[in-house]
Amino acid sequence: MSEGHSTYTPKTGLGRWFDARMPLPRLVYDSFVAYPVPRNLNYAWTFGGILSIMLVAQILTGIVLAMHYTADTNLAFGSVEKIMRDVNSGWLLRYMHSNGASFFFVAVYIHIFRGLYYGSYKAPRELLWILGCIIYLLMMATGFMGYVLPWGQMSFWGATVITGFFSAIPLVGDWIQQLLLGGFAVDNPTLNRFFALHYLLPFMIAGVVVLHIWALHVVGQSNPTGIEVKSKTDTVAFTPYATIKDAFGMIVFLFFFAYFVFYLPNYLGHPDNYIVANPLKTPAHIVPEWYFLPFYAILRAITFNVGPINSKLGGVLCMFGAIVMLFLVPWLDTSKVRSAVYRPWYKLFFWLFVADAILLGWLGSQPAEGSYVFMAQMATLFYFAFFLIALPVLGLIETPRRLPNSITEAVLEKNKGGSGHPAGATAAPETKG
Amino acid sequence: MSATDTQDPNRRDFLYVATGMAAVVGAGAFAWPFIDQMRPDASTLALASVEVDVASLTPGMSLIVKWRGKPVVVRNRTEQEMKDGEAVNLADLKDPIARNANLPSDAPATDANRTTPGKEAWMVMVQVCTHLGCIPLGQEGDFGGWFCPCHGSQYDTAGRIRKGPAPENMAVPVFKFISDTKILIG
Repeated sequence: MSEGHSTYTPKTGLGRWFDARMPLPRLVYDSFVAYPVPRNLNYAWTFGGILSIMLVAQILTGIVLAMHYTADTNLAFGSVEKIMRDVNSGWLLRYMHSNGASFFFVAVYIHIFRGLYYGSYKAPRELLWILGCIIYLLMMATGFMGYVLPWGQMSFWGATVITGFFSAIPLVGDWIQQLLLGGFAVDNPTLNRFFALHYLLPFMIAGVVVLHIWALHVVGQSNPTGIEVKSKTDTVAFTPYATIKDAFGMIVFLFFFAYFVFYLPNYLGHPDNYIVANPLKTPAHIVPEWYFLPFYAILRAITFNVGPINSKLGGVLCMFGAIVMLFLVPWLDTSKVRSAVYRPWYKLFFWLFVADAILLGWLGSQPAEGSYVFMAQMATLFYFAFFLIALPVLGLIETPRRLPNSITEAVLEKNKGGSGHPAGATAAPETKG
Repeated sequence: MSATDTQDPNRRDFLYVATGMAAVVGAGAFAWPFIDQMRPDASTLALASVEVDVASLTPGMSLIVKWRGKPVVVRNRTEQEMKDGEAVNLADLKDPIARNANLPSDAPATDANRTTPGKEAWMVMVQVCTHLGCIPLGQEGDFGGWFCPCHGSQYDTAGRIRKGPAPENMAVPVFKFISDTKILIG
């Protein structure tokens, strides 16, 4: 499904004039109108579009908020409260932005798990997957720095803990930490540079998104069967089929988003962040934003030294290692079958992994004491075992179910079984939607 | 040497390598100010020392001063706290090094080495957990010293790590008594 012959024909004189000079309308037409997509995409495939609008929404609300915000330790907290109380519609813009970050992560997690379930990372989509991992890393950096800006207690102590990771690096750790902070502790220089970077990174994300979509349009979308598109009957045109399906997915997603913005705007935040930052007092129990909790649990699970690696460095290595695993997935998974639909054992382990990730998230929100520590250690062990043992080994020992010959065959088989078509009525694929 | 010289390595190769090296040095020199500006600036470094009046501290009292943006605790320890600190067997310590900026970097973490000679009752210490930088709470935890609420590290009455994920004893900054009741930190 790589770039085929363009079918764009400009209808107006102006269109032809443009097309001969800079064929942007042709690019849009070929990418978002005539572009062929597999006919069997389900709603899990609408999250790419949802993520795009969330990025645009975050950039829009963010630019407007920046017009009212002051990046100074004495003024930042007050300026955010001013946005909430004095700025016209400021409360709405800020709640859209803060909850928008959370829903951005909701969508990205569904998008990532979809990729893992259907094996979307396998050849020839490795680079597409890695670009996605880079976007995810940039999102984490952006989300973290954004959380520091309101200069509440969680902002300050979250920044202290996370920049503290870098002090675990042997020899140069303290120097790097001071380089990041611009001082010996989180202070005004830190807030200023985080604001500048928080403004910059979303545009870098947008840049990598362009590469992500470019790579996608070269190799084409995967689909729930994991079988490559073989003939024209396996696909439908992007517009109207995918456009309408994506639009419906967005509307449903934005419905949940709006519910949080209007009815539970602080549910995903932490009340301590409405207390102004105090460098001399640590809150009783520091928790990062919910979307970092699984990694936070992994960080805290390492309470023991391993040879020359002390518990602090070990925790930091495991936490970053947990993200590195994602980058390696295309090479860790040895199975030739993409989709979990045809891989009974992988399907089981996938869902165990989802449960494990949720368990880690919950453990990250609990205090690091007693049985929680042991549970976090076990859950961390499973997390790494999924990538380093289950993915390579299952591909070698698992017997996959029989794969259909084509997407069309899979779709027709399903329709035959599901909607009670007479068994003999195998309609010619050309006449099917 | 003619233009068609094909000796290996020839003059052209030398020019390529020299030009490439100059470009690398130039790129490094250009990048440096961008990295350099991120380091602590002059005004931050200017706050590097503070003077503290400790006349009002009777045994069992502490005060906290801000030094380099971090809290430094000055504690006039009780007899019991000093005894507890001295009673600790060095082999039981997770970090056997004093971490005292006034002593050599390999000084053992005895109770005396965590303080200053003649003023053993006084703990002067950066009250920042060596794990990830939280502020431990004083006179709490299993060892009667400090307890970090973030990830559960426990320190004894001399600020030495005893339990939990923190790797090191809390740091003792450069300090001295400039009179009986005044301490200069930094």
